[in-house]
Amino acid sequence: MARDLTALRPCIEDFLYLEADLLDDWRIEEWFALFDEGATYEVPPTGESGETDPATSLFYIADDYVRLRERVVRLTKSEAHSEFPRSSQRHMISNVRILGAHGNVLDVTCNFVTYRAKRGVVDTYYGKHAYRIDCGSEPFKIKSKRSTLGMDMLYPGKLTIIV
Amino acid sequence: MDTILSTPQMVVEDRERNLFRVSRRAFTEESVLEAERRNIFDHCWLYLGHSSEIAGNCDYITRAVGGRELIFNRDRAGAVHAFLNTCPHRGAMVVREKKGNALSFRCFYHGWSFNVNGRFASRFDEGNYGKEHYSGGCADLAQVPRLECYRDFWFVNFDKNAVALADYLAGAKDYIDMVADQAEAMEIVGSGQQYVINANWKLLAENSVDAFHGFPVHNTYFDYLKNIGSLRMETNAGHFNARGMTDLGNGHAVIEYQSPWGRPIARWVPSWGEEKRPLVERLRQNLVQRFGEERGHRMAEYSRNMLIFPNLVINDIMAITVRTFTPDAPNKMTVSAWALGAAGEDAELRKLRLFNFLEFLGPGGFATPDDQEALENCQRGYKNMREVGWNDISKGMPRQGQPMNDDEEQMRCFWRQWRQRMEGRMEGSRVGGLVGVA
Ligand code: FES
Ligand SMILES: [Fe+2]
Repeated sequence: MARDLTALRPCIEDFLYLEADLLDDWRIEEWFALFDEGATYEVPPTGESGETDPATSLFYIADDYVRLRERVVRLTKSEAHSEFPRSSQRHMISNVRILGAHGNVLDVTCNFVTYRAKRGVVDTYYGKHAYRIDCGSEPFKIKSKRSTLGMDMLYPGKLTIIV
Repeated sequence: MDTILSTPQMVVEDRERNLFRVSRRAFTEESVLEAERRNIFDHCWLYLGHSSEIAGNCDYITRAVGGRELIFNRDRAGAVHAFLNTCPHRGAMVVREKKGNALSFRCFYHGWSFNVNGRFASRFDEGNYGKEHYSGGCADLAQVPRLECYRDFWFVNFDKNAVALADYLAGAKDYIDMVADQAEAMEIVGSGQQYVINANWKLLAENSVDAFHGFPVHNTYFDYLKNIGSLRMETNAGHFNARGMTDLGNGHAVIEYQSPWGRPIARWVPSWGEEKRPLVERLRQNLVQRFGEERGHRMAEYSRNMLIFPNLVINDIMAITVRTFTPDAPNKMTVSAWALGAAGEDAELRKLRLFNFLEFLGPGGFATPDDQEALENCQRGYKNMREVGWNDISKGMPRQGQPMNDDEEQMRCFWRQWRQRMEGRMEGSRVGGLVGVA
């Protein structure tokens, strides 16, 4: 099945830019709607630990669909104190690559830099996203997203925003 | 000289008026941190790591403890060591990896090498070094003055005259037992979490055993439990019934209470599914068999938050977290937190344990970030220190009998110990019998 995967890149990039925009604007419920039912969202431990399974090692975030929905619900409340008043964010994405395809589902990776500003402090998160994206219908649906941080520890302390 | 001696009291306890106050300068001044380094971190037992992290011979990890850089390792014979991670030659850190397994350590700067028991192991041509270097110990890695272990929890002390660890831990031993006894062996799961909080380290000591803040701060977490069916209020704890706080001596304290969440040790909640219920019930029966009706049920049902002075927290709550924190500046600390679980645990329960952990705890959890926010807010609030200079830690002082878990007596235990040590009242003395103000 020799498909020219690079030809799909503009569509994927567009989709990722949309995702970034929704997060930048705190349209977090719309962001959640990009996820397919049963999707997962994960942030593994920092450092080159090779720990890739949340069932056997401690992740920062290992959300199934329900926990991800609840994360979003929580972030809409003013009692999510760490994000109240809300921080301001900018999500940067580059180096988008489509690594493979299983039918309509693409394996996509990209680098990211996310800035979070609150009360005069700017936090920087950077690393690599790995997605499975179902491009079979419009709008595309995220089946999984794993954000592997590049920092060797969590200097900003909190991971309350979606990087 | 100790600055605290030359300044007015920073911890004031007035029993008549039921007032306990701590100066906000204790959280902000560089000179206080300096005095803490000399009076507290240079003399107290500090948590280094767990046996399971260096399970095999020649395993090592490197870790910052008490402002030092250490190597925690097992030698070829399996003996455990803690070395100061600095080359006796000209100072480079000898081991730069976070963890690994090695038959020897080699300093990359000029190539001095060491056996994993610390002995200088290089052989240079004649004329380079005298025999002192080979047999006199002056070229060996330096050992930490004291290294002792209780139930697989390893501690170091930079004061060679310190009391024995077992005496220092005092009443905390019984509560460490309640964690260590949860299985044949316990182990640290994965590499843990490391993060920075922009607040004074003592704010996290207080927060880690503070039940007063639970509902106001963690409302969204309890909402979450409710939404997913993980909230179970009723309890089956046999005759044991507690909602209190215990002074464990030497500045250590624990709070114990019924909690609504599931506990992988043996407290089932509906969201785990009926199919796991028999397994959890078996674990529970096993605990009762080993420790008796009361203690077994208590271990299964109750949550415990324990602070071991100065900076070790062992919280046996919806999961077990072992947490230590080191000041980098008066307004900044680095936190290391690990998940502890039963070695050889059922895979499904292990997963539940890890999910329980990260749902509440850590930078991505539904609770810890709000604690961080609270701590950082306090630290910022102290900018008003010249006008509003004192923290109030008086809650529960008029109460008769055992303090409640959401009183502040556990923090008062911490602060009394802090004051004693900062005033140098413990210098060179055995601290085993001293338990704050009578
Ligand atoms: S500093 Fe280590 S060999 Fe020179
Ligand atoms: Fe808390």
